[in-house]
Amino acid sequence: MMNDNPLEHLIKLLGSLPGLGNRSARRIALHLLSKRGGLMVPLAEALKNTAENIKNCHICNTLDMTDPCQICRDIKRDKRQICVVAQVSDVWAIERTGAFKGTYHVLGGLLSALDGIGPEDLGIERLKLRLEEMEGKEGQEVILALSATVDGQSTAHYIADILWPLGIKVSRLAHGMPVGGELDYLDDGTITTALRSRA
Amino acid sequence: MEHWQDQSVVLNVRAHGENGAVVSLLTRNHGRQAGYVNGAFSKKSRGTLDIGNIVDAQWRSRTSENLGTLNLELSRSTAGRIMQDAIKLAALQSACALCDQALPEREGHPGLFNGLCVLLEILESDVWAPAYIMWEIALLKELGFSLDLTKCAAGGNNNALAYVSPKTGRAVSYEAGEPYKDKLLPLPNFLRAHGGVADDQDILTGLQLTGFFLEHWVFAHHNQGIPEARRRLALRFAEYFDKKQNNNIRDTDSLGTELHAAG
Repeated sequence: MMNDNPLEHLIKLLGSLPGLGNRSARRIALHLLSKRGGLMVPLAEALKNTAENIKNCHICNTLDMTDPCQICRDIKRDKRQICVVAQVSDVWAIERTGAFKGTYHVLGGLLSALDGIGPEDLGIERLKLRLEEMEGKEGQEVILALSATVDGQSTAHYIADILWPLGIKVSRLAHGMPVGGELDYLDDGTITTALRSRA
Repeated sequence: MEHWQDQSVVLNVRAHGENGAVVSLLTRNHGRQAGYVNGAFSKKSRGTLDIGNIVDAQWRSRTSENLGTLNLELSRSTAGRIMQDAIKLAALQSACALCDQALPEREGHPGLFNGLCVLLEILESDVWAPAYIMWEIALLKELGFSLDLTKCAAGGNNNALAYVSPKTGRAVSYEAGEPYKDKLLPLPNFLRAHGGVADDQDILTGLQLTGFFLEHWVFAHHNQGIPEARRRLALRFAEYFDKKQNNNIRDTDSLGTELHAAG
């Protein structure tokens, strides 16, 4: 019985993590056992602590220890600017830049006809309600920070259509030359878009 | 070792495992083919595996029955060129979904492949919508469900065709079809003899016409029916038409500068 042995059980759980196979899981398990007090126990406590305390913000759907999250509670943030992203990892990517001082809305995925993900599976209605509850349209902006793929842009168009009757300014991230990019290595779609939206 | 190299259009990408994907292609000479792409979501491959992209594909497999692996090199990006336009994007998704779900695997359809490549090229232009409907008619024909829109099935005037019979897919003249017009499908102007330029009403009628035959003939025995992407295209165009009729629409149905103006 594999699961009777806690070490085997640990290896099996580690092996189910993304990027790890059985062999890597065994190496990690042995490494943890060799550093029980210094790494294994703190890691176990951190995992338990995270599982118990991290929750979804009921306003923006991001992950934080508090609900509402730190970003939604921050009075220095511009609540009239909402950046719509697909995943929590996208919030972290934008926050790393420090260039955005508004708030977020995490959809939890993208519309995909092929995968059967429809509008009802995403937090689009919640976004609409959030905007409707906001007082006054002055200065409101929704920034669609969704991936430059077919699914990402289909979702962006869908949200833009839904929000259009509200009369709110809707914009999206620019497409084109990446910083440090060389023309020779860019695909023709990116070059075309860059040319069309040249400044 | 089985091996081929062919020009192809990416129809569908399904994630498989952590880094790979099973990719469905419409190839010029080998029909619809699937294969495993290793590292499909790596930085290098990310731009290649968007649906509608034209790629140079190399397929290898130990035996011909196996799924096999694919090496893809981007030849022409389609989605990047039309991303600003919601309806064109929906048309691209619809065309790819129809090929992916309607065509049998490993059965050559070079004519349809060439037609799809032309459609992908035309999607950038303003006349994409009638071209899309004509492509769907060609798809129906390729699958054995040809529509005859050249002469009246009831022996009427071939220069005054106005309807299509939902049972036979044959055109009916205005005079012969008038008593049964509630049961017949309207024929868009641009598909008639001496038909003029297609307007939005024609496009809507055309999408309803081909949509009917796709649903009742091609996908009648598919357990999931007509692809969701095709349904969404018809819905999106109908919404666009409705808004335009009520003068309740942005200048163009696209993201970008027009959206800034909406604020």
